[in-house]
Amino acid sequence: MTRRSPEPVDVVKTRRDSALLALKARVPYAEYLGVSFERRGDELTTTMPFRADLLGNPILPALHGGAIAAFLEVTAQVALSWSVIWPIFEQEGAIETLPALPKTIDITVDYLRSGLPRDTYARAKVTRAGRRFASVQVEAWQDNHARPIAMATGHFLMQNNG
Amino acid sequence: MTQNIIDNARQFILALPHAKALGLVLDDIGAGKAQISMPYSTALIGDLETGVIHGGAVSAMMDTCCGAAVMSHPKAGLATATIDLRIDYMRAAVPKATITATAQCYHVSSSVAFVRATATDGTSDTPVATATGTFAVERTI
Repeated sequence: MTRRSPEPVDVVKTRRDSALLALKARVPYAEYLGVSFERRGDELTTTMPFRADLLGNPILPALHGGAIAAFLEVTAQVALSWSVIWPIFEQEGAIETLPALPKTIDITVDYLRSGLPRDTYARAKVTRAGRRFASVQVEAWQDNHARPIAMATGHFLMQNNG
Repeated sequence: MTQNIIDNARQFILALPHAKALGLVLDDIGAGKAQISMPYSTALIGDLETGVIHGGAVSAMMDTCCGAAVMSHPKAGLATATIDLRIDYMRAAVPKATITATAQCYHVSSSVAFVRATATDGTSDTPVATATGTFAVERTI
């Protein structure tokens, strides 16, 4: 019996990164907000670079609460999709078709601090991954990770669960 | 005096850069109520396969509409900030339909305003989404 040698790292990376790009391309609204994704293994961090049209209050100035909510929701949804795709990668499989995006049932956003005119980062954690429903927690921060500007909990409906 | 509050609220909402970016239109505002609509735009699509507007865009619109309702309330302060906002998505908005949100600020205490909102797309009696939020009332700037 011969053991299969591991795939070259760049092949693995390219496959994973291109799946992430394909996932992002499915969500034009993420593009509109200027959101980018950074991957470390299975961990995703999203960035929403500062832009003047993300401001709510231009006098303070502070980011629009709606832009922050939208960023958190995009992060939660993509992270949840990613958590569905990831086990396929772990079996060294290629993704032929991306699974349908989960649908948001509800999301509750806590605004903890005013969003400064800076880049905003977010990370999500899938706290329950059921066949039909999933719960996701997501937090957004700016300069200091220990001082999040907003946190959200969302529930999602999983699609095409066979 | 009340008219002043409403005019201030209207001007404030119209000046929000992100509200402009989303193409939000202030249809009506007054005495703790506001109505805002968001025309369909391909930039706001959440899933290319369906063409449905992203929930995040609906959230942003609901947040703006709730804030407008707070600012137009006779007992409101000079400014407001969202403390928390919960959105329930009842169904996907029909692609190409304009979404309209209506918010009512039903109570203002010394420092907190309580708001409810509903978003519809005019294609069904079932709302696209509903929202419940609390807002901080800033009486000094």
